[in-house]
Amino acid sequence: MLKKKAVNNLKNNLSWKIGGEAGFGIKSAGIMLGKILMRSGYEIFDYTEYPSLIRGGHNTYQLVVDTRPVNSVTARIDVLVALNKETVDKHREELVAGGAIIYDQDKFKVNAAFAQGKNLVVLGVPLTTLAKSAGGEVMRNVVALGASLALVGQNLTIANKVVTELFGRKGEVVVANNIKALQAGFDWVKKNLTGQFICQLPTRPAKDNILITANESLALGAVTAGLNFFVAYPMTPSSSILHYLAEIAQSTGIVVKHAEDEIAVINMALGAAHVGARAMIATSGGGFSLMTESLGLAAITETPLVIVEVQRPGPATGLPTWTEQGDLQFMLHAAQGDFPRIIVAPGDASEAYAIGAQALNLAEIYQMPVIILSDKLIAEGNSTIKRLADSKIKIDRGKLLSAAQLKSMKNYRRYKLTSDGISPRALPGMTGGLHIANSDEHDAYGFSEESSENRNEQVAKRQKKLETFYKTMPDPLVYGEPKAKKTVVVWGSTKGVVLDAYSQLDLKVKKKIKIIQYQYLWPLAKEFTKKMLKDPKSVLMIENNSNGQLANLIAQETGIVIKNKLLKSDGRPFFREEIIEALKKF
Amino acid sequence: MTEQDFTTNYKPTWCPGCGNFGILIAMKKALVELGLKPENVLIVYGIGCSGNGVNFLKTYAWHSLHGRAVPSAVGAKLANKDLTVIVMAGDGDGYGEGLNHFIQAIRGNTNITYVVHDNQRYSLTTGQAAPTTSKGTATKSTPNGLIEESLNPMALALSAGCTFVSRGFSGKADHLKDLFKAAISHHGFSLVDVFQPCVTFNNLNTFPWYLDRLYNLDEDKAYRRDNFEAAYKQSLIWGKKIPYGIFYQKARDTYEDNLPQLKGLALAKRPLALRNINKLLKDFS
Repeated sequence: MLKKKAVNNLKNNLSWKIGGEAGFGIKSAGIMLGKILMRSGYEIFDYTEYPSLIRGGHNTYQLVVDTRPVNSVTARIDVLVALNKETVDKHREELVAGGAIIYDQDKFKVNAAFAQGKNLVVLGVPLTTLAKSAGGEVMRNVVALGASLALVGQNLTIANKVVTELFGRKGEVVVANNIKALQAGFDWVKKNLTGQFICQLPTRPAKDNILITANESLALGAVTAGLNFFVAYPMTPSSSILHYLAEIAQSTGIVVKHAEDEIAVINMALGAAHVGARAMIATSGGGFSLMTESLGLAAITETPLVIVEVQRPGPATGLPTWTEQGDLQFMLHAAQGDFPRIIVAPGDASEAYAIGAQALNLAEIYQMPVIILSDKLIAEGNSTIKRLADSKIKIDRGKLLSAAQLKSMKNYRRYKLTSDGISPRALPGMTGGLHIANSDEHDAYGFSEESSENRNEQVAKRQKKLETFYKTMPDPLVYGEPKAKKTVVVWGSTKGVVLDAYSQLDLKVKKKIKIIQYQYLWPLAKEFTKKMLKDPKSVLMIENNSNGQLANLIAQETGIVIKNKLLKSDGRPFFREEIIEALKKF
Repeated sequence: MTEQDFTTNYKPTWCPGCGNFGILIAMKKALVELGLKPENVLIVYGIGCSGNGVNFLKTYAWHSLHGRAVPSAVGAKLANKDLTVIVMAGDGDGYGEGLNHFIQAIRGNTNITYVVHDNQRYSLTTGQAAPTTSKGTATKSTPNGLIEESLNPMALALSAGCTFVSRGFSGKADHLKDLFKAAISHHGFSLVDVFQPCVTFNNLNTFPWYLDRLYNLDEDKAYRRDNFEAAYKQSLIWGKKIPYGIFYQKARDTYEDNLPQLKGLALAKRPLALRNINKLLKDFS
């Protein structure tokens, strides 16, 4: 083991990575560290890489910690915790100069030669021995956690509290053992490390933050806004929405159903929405593919439905547990026929909360499918965000009729032609509202009707609803220097890495750049786009896909062709260093 | 309520003599005799000749996609348990495209009634072979004779655990009416497979063909419909004699009985209010 001399390049941020086989408790140790550091006043973003299997394989969990909000992953790491040798071999090159490796010296040896040039701290900790003496080998991860806390200058006050809360349900013995394990790792490093590590994260005043994924915050947005019917079929990376809502179903009174397949999922939700439930479903691209015919059914019957599509790299099974933004063009075109839909993409967990709530309103106001297009990076990645507050959320059910309103109407027509395209909606069970919700083209009552005149009227009526929405739709969001000539365009999770990279640029460079985030992708903000992107040579499009799908949509809708594109489709998110490089060159 | 209250002004588009008329008449009579109002009934239709009935029977209606009627009906029932929810689908629709949903709905035992218009053909698409078509039958899609064995809905439903398994015949409209009443009154998922001769595309399974073969289980005083083994034996009888009536009925909790969330007011009837999530946020702090 190398002893570390005092260093003078101390920093109060950290990129920490733990690796090992599935089943080693990598993620649980990582989330514990995240919570501990959040309560110590730091901001967190986490990122997991794992193959689609339950035991074995190579898994990593990375925690990026800073004093300011963080929404991206770095390629370089400060600390590598290796529970197996593969982790050292695969990731040691990612360590920064002065970084540290904590590894289980009971399980394997590490040739320290590579560490010399980089002046690395190599800590061969007897993780297995220490874990066994604390009560079981399974706690190697917790011993490593204690060691990491010592390395970055934390104490165990907050850590012990977090461990007590997390393991409380499992009983006092489990809590006591884990506290012993934490202490053992902590003491070992205190005893064996001389000098100070480059990353020092002393406890700061804590903020009113929470640590949450966009899947969970999106679910909570919907819960806040009165969601009462949720159906899903498991599919990574959307499944944690199902898991979370299933867990809180009874306490919130929400019906949460795991249906037999995605076709059943969307049709159950449509049946429920038709009779008045606030319904949402969630899936990934593969499941959505199965739902497409029924997406059109939602449109022609004008049934409100929120569909969450959490993207992963396709086609087919693709890279099941990795990230991509490759489904935008699919969402735009899914299902036969011309019909309106709304597509909106959250850029982070805070936005996912607001959008989870608002999408339920939009679906009911415009009586059409609303697709929330998320992606794995934010959907499964935890980040610290300000405690969610519902102060801006309202429930708006649009033109849903009360029994009394319906009674006062004569000759009720469910699909009546109106100036905004939206017709008053009666629910089954109400007196005076009888109608057919018909997958065939239909007249104002819902009866099958194939005349040319009726067809034109109903197609135009449905389209009109989208025009009505377009008038009130919020513009894309603008960050950085609003008057700057150079424009970076993003959507979804790439917002985080671009804003993080931007904040690290020199003021001189920053002043020349603005960033536009498209939250609403359909309908596309045409006028805004024509105004803001009129000089395409000064635009850089950054997308996590291989074709530049938003760039193509912008070209289709406005004629503006963006040639300057930074694209990535290897399943990995953009790392902050890549974007800093790109912005500097831009 | 009278049958007229369940009748729309839409002129039926079925062929003259179509077996579907018997089903329509029997259903209207059943709804009237059960004292139901059109506004409290939701009928979910599949796609096919059966689905076109959506225009003729006056209740709230959801005209689904081919094969997808059952999950829509399950969703509707869970969201508003006060509605009487009935599915009208075809044999191609329900046993072909939508077979998985049928089995899964049986497992859940949601309180809906599934009426399958079984004419042994895909008739709206001009008579191709359906899952219930007899082996060897030549149709447009099987000009050299159907190779597959025909599907047995009764045996399938029984083996999947269906709590109400029955077969009707549209040529026996009075019996069919009583069958519908029993099925709708059953607390759980009820199947009524209805033989319904297609007068245009099926010249084998005609009204006389059925009349020659059918015998009524409901008239057999010795037959006990709570006896699974007896029901299963009956379900396998096919040939010179074919049984109809209620094969099997069993009491079992429905899916909705097991959801504490659904106690009290029907979900869709509860006023929507913002939910406070502060307690839930503790897990993320």
